[in-house]
Amino acid sequence: MTDYARISRDGLWDNNVVFAQMLALCPTLAVTGTATNGLGMGLATTAVLTVSNVLISAIRKLVSPDVRIPVYVVVIATLVTLVDMALNAWVHQLYKVLGLFIALIVVNCAILGRAESFASKNAVLPSMVDGLMMGLGFTAALVALGGVREIIGSGTLFAQAHLLLGEAFAFLELTLIPGYKGYLLMILPPGGFLALGFLLAGKRVLDRRRAERAARIEAEPAVA
Amino acid sequence: MGLDALHGKLTYQAALLGAFALLTSGALALASKATGPAIEAAAAEDLKQSLTQVLPGQYDNDLTRDTLVLPGPDGEITVYRARKGGQVAAVVFQVQARGYAGPVVSMMGVDRDGKILGVRVINHKETPGLGDKVEPAKGNWIHGFEGRFLGDPAAEKFAVKKDGGVFDQFAGATITPRAVVKSVKAGLEFFGREKARLLDESHSSPAQASGGQNHGGSAS
Repeated sequence: MTDYARISRDGLWDNNVVFAQMLALCPTLAVTGTATNGLGMGLATTAVLTVSNVLISAIRKLVSPDVRIPVYVVVIATLVTLVDMALNAWVHQLYKVLGLFIALIVVNCAILGRAESFASKNAVLPSMVDGLMMGLGFTAALVALGGVREIIGSGTLFAQAHLLLGEAFAFLELTLIPGYKGYLLMILPPGGFLALGFLLAGKRVLDRRRAERAARIEAEPAVA
Repeated sequence: MGLDALHGKLTYQAALLGAFALLTSGALALASKATGPAIEAAAAEDLKQSLTQVLPGQYDNDLTRDTLVLPGPDGEITVYRARKGGQVAAVVFQVQARGYAGPVVSMMGVDRDGKILGVRVINHKETPGLGDKVEPAKGNWIHGFEGRFLGDPAAEKFAVKKDGGVFDQFAGATITPRAVVKSVKAGLEFFGREKARLLDESHSSPAQASGGQNHGGSAS
């Protein structure tokens, strides 16, 4: 029986691409100068990850284990190129905003990682859910990281979101600290490492608290 | 199962890899064919938009048809000419320089006196959030070129402040603005060198000018 709740929890929190698997750190640190950029990269990756998981899962019985990696790489690279072309041709306005990120998706090892560790062993539907949830978890991580860096670095949140999501989402653009000069370090690459470190530490603390509470609840009836 | 037995065979593996290479390149070829015209149309639309952005005002001709190809600092430059009453009033051309991550391509409009009408960065791969402030949607920096010419500032001051010039760099990103400034300066020098040909002054009648030598090719 496939446990979709388990898959979702894994993707979103327990086995989060960035915060637990520590994969895809290159694109993660590179684009999260603002929350908007994180969101764009996250959504583009989610789309590619979902489709790639479906494809890899569909061909899993055909591919012999000895040559699986080159096959996956070719499939993923083709997919990214197709997405790149399709966006460029049919949603050109969006492409102008996301175009910077799409080429970066090829180097995202999380996609190959999911192909290898999940899609190659599971049926199509669970693989799709896994891709979607891993992608959403990745998106959430990027938005969190981008948000922290943007707030500390320039005092805004979701700046230029209307370029990505359309004018209807202009309300997302907040200036949290008016007249703030900005703390450039957070926008620069070192800021990415700093913010990531603190977020990771925060997640560890939360996880440990939860584990301790669970252990206490389990221990109490035994004592009584 | 039959398939599992095949998995270990070298011929099966080779055939599999070959089949995937063929399938995926076939898919890419098809996609390229299907999206090609749309991408070209979108690029042409972008070109038209960037032309009108760097050329404020009204002109009598279709710029995308009145082109001239001249040898520039790095390769051939396609020049789009805007006419008023048959006379070339302004020219638009592309310039580029190496940025942080590949070439930064800009479109610049120059009036017949050599004064910059506008500059727009149309293609770059700079770091999002840092170097991309050269885009007008993300900052006002690019408007700082308007009205400038070689002489205001003087050639040696036509650089970013870090290099002793007059143009701002961005905090954390000097390379991108430096590339844009450098390419714009090269563009102005190109204009100065080729002024006679650009402004079509060797021809007296506009009819002859728009007919004869202009079909040097418009593709770039």
